[in-house]
Amino acid sequence: MKKLMSGNQAIARGAWEADCEVACAYPGTPSTEILESIAEYPEIKAEWSTNEKVALEVACGASYAGARALASMKHVGLNVASDPLFTLSYTGIKGGLVVVTCDDPNLYSSQNEQDNRHYARSAKLPMLEPSDSDEARRFTKLAFELSEKYDCPVLIRSTTRISHGQSLVELEDRIPSPVKKGLDRDPAKYVMLPGYARPRHPRLEERMKKLKEFAESFPENRMELGDKKIGIISSGIAYQYAREAFPEASFLKLGMVWPLPENLIKKFANQVEKLYVVEELDPFLEDNIRAMGLNPVGKEVFPICGELSPELVKKGILGEGAVKELKFDTSIPARPPNLCPGCPHRGVFYVLKKLRAFVCGDIGCYTLAAQPPLKSLHTCLCMGAGVGQSFGMEKVLGKEEKIVAVIGDSTFFHSGITPLIDIVYNQGEATIIILDNLTTAMTGRQGHPGSGLSIYNKPAKRILPEKLGEALGIEKVEIINPYNLKETEQVIKREMEAKRPSLIIARSPCVLIPEFKKVKKSPLKVELEKCNGCRVCLQLACPAITWREETEKEKKRKGYAQIDSLFCTGCEICAQICKQEAIIREE
Amino acid sequence: MAVTNILMVGVGGQGIILASTILAEVAVANGFDVKKSEIHGMAQRGGAVSSHIRFGEKVYSPLIPAREADILFGAELLETYRWLPYLKPGGKIITSLQKIDPPQVFRGEMKYPAGLEEKLRERDPDLIAINALEEAIALGESRTATVLLLGALSHLLEFRLESWLEKVKDLVPRKAVEINLQAFQRGRELAS
Repeated sequence: MKKLMSGNQAIARGAWEADCEVACAYPGTPSTEILESIAEYPEIKAEWSTNEKVALEVACGASYAGARALASMKHVGLNVASDPLFTLSYTGIKGGLVVVTCDDPNLYSSQNEQDNRHYARSAKLPMLEPSDSDEARRFTKLAFELSEKYDCPVLIRSTTRISHGQSLVELEDRIPSPVKKGLDRDPAKYVMLPGYARPRHPRLEERMKKLKEFAESFPENRMELGDKKIGIISSGIAYQYAREAFPEASFLKLGMVWPLPENLIKKFANQVEKLYVVEELDPFLEDNIRAMGLNPVGKEVFPICGELSPELVKKGILGEGAVKELKFDTSIPARPPNLCPGCPHRGVFYVLKKLRAFVCGDIGCYTLAAQPPLKSLHTCLCMGAGVGQSFGMEKVLGKEEKIVAVIGDSTFFHSGITPLIDIVYNQGEATIIILDNLTTAMTGRQGHPGSGLSIYNKPAKRILPEKLGEALGIEKVEIINPYNLKETEQVIKREMEAKRPSLIIARSPCVLIPEFKKVKKSPLKVELEKCNGCRVCLQLACPAITWREETEKEKKRKGYAQIDSLFCTGCEICAQICKQEAIIREE
Repeated sequence: MAVTNILMVGVGGQGIILASTILAEVAVANGFDVKKSEIHGMAQRGGAVSSHIRFGEKVYSPLIPAREADILFGAELLETYRWLPYLKPGGKIITSLQKIDPPQVFRGEMKYPAGLEEKLRERDPDLIAINALEEAIALGESRTATVLLLGALSHLLEFRLESWLEKVKDLVPRKAVEINLQAFQRGRELAS
């Protein structure tokens, strides 16, 4: 039976077919739906982990106990999980352990464009790269088998176009895992003291040699010979682009991108007139193929930055005039994403702008506050970074600059706690604001330790950030209502000036979760006679408020604001900043 | 057989992803190889959304090549115009006439561009332009506007009507099956 599935759904299906028992992840675009889909299979124990490192460690424990286990994450998530990953390469596994990394070429929803194939080489682990949904399913199953055969975790690399692309998937039955469950008291394998780790290193090198031999005959590394004038080595989505652009050419399609089959590559190179390497992002295959003594054409004609496309492949091989260009009309207004109408973050950023604070930001919907007109977020580096950054700035500038850090609730649990402890321990005076909307909003509203909801949307133990703050000995922990601008301003201003560390929790549910119904109010309207067209409310960038040009000549104003009652959630932030008191509740 | 390329565009929240899933499933039900690609992520926050659907005997790239879209399907007028460069010469356009102000427009910094329908008609003299939102409201559910447009699209494609109705039934929210089927039929009528 064939079914249309996204790459992420197919990875979940593959894990299920392979009898995976434990699966862990922290949400991150484009990887999130892997765990969401896995959670629909009752045979797999799924969890949203606190962060990617924890996800891999929990999956590691499950594997050591003999179960097949999977951890999935976005590309930057693997940076967080890289610490356990590198030494897992030494200990090896017991039940098959698969680590899925989803890269994001073109940064559709990420802070960088890193190429995680480098992790396979530096952690000395095999990596499979599917080029459509059915391969995503099959390669996930294969990865569990390879993991057990070679006693190591196996990486799967997806990219946005694989994870969020859909194609047909063959469905197969679930086959029981061959591994027996139970614990092994084997310190030489599981305790990486230097004395035990040292002999594991040569074993690991030996394993990579064997995997290299395996790669030579691995059926997913396959030659597709056609016209031998052009020979293309490729993998993943880049292979599809290249096939689209040159359906008649010869291909060496690599299903395993590390380690590489040197003999197969040389054999292919010998059969074609001109050898190309078509790959997205870094010259990973190209550099390694060059090291084999071959001289393929690669990044000299294909871009390193951004996504590839069939056009870019064609242009690289045939030259500038070979492709049709897309000429977009750039004079029309763009449509960037926005904070939702009624978003509880909006008021906090309005206040921070008014106070002229320097705001160390973090990863979440609220990063959008960097854009005009709010323009009140000044750094965004990685999960949890803003908290530590604000302390570093304070060390240099003291209280002469108004520095605060803002961090989302899910991000706080992911990576914000340790830098907060650092501030307390090192006697800092930083002001940390948790934008607590009770969910992981950016990735589609997943539960987290502070939400009280599990991956199954069932009640879970709720951990309150205010209790954590108190336990850490932070003198001032205060919960504020972010819709109350006066209170928000008073508290933030006081704490920015105070010589003590403080934790402010701006708490109100995300407008997209069911809890929001409890705080939602009836829509507001503008009393058109009172509105003088000052545009102050437009500075909130609320999609419910629209500027209208004045058409009556006798009116002094150029225009007026109008509120769309379908969008308005009645949050009253605009009403609080309107000096004309022109915004009132609809009767 | 050549691959058919359909580009579906709109604004986050309009149901472009659902509509493109219905189309892709209909193509599968009619025996085609199908690939579909879209960008989620920020869609829910009112950003531009686009979904590429390709079907044929065998499809490689999930992305529609430049100026190769056979049909451009837009649920919002400015978005239809924005993606016009993808349309191949002689390609067909189906658009809603609904206008949703982008941020610079609702903040009064720019105007919503005028004359877009005419510009679309220059490219496709048989342009199918529908007041989808008004039609959907008249049926009693504004959220069926994009399925209504899908009904219009069905008129241009040689898929069995039953396969469309079946997939609409399967994929729209269970409580809203009847109203969506009505919207689909209304769209089909308007296009014929």
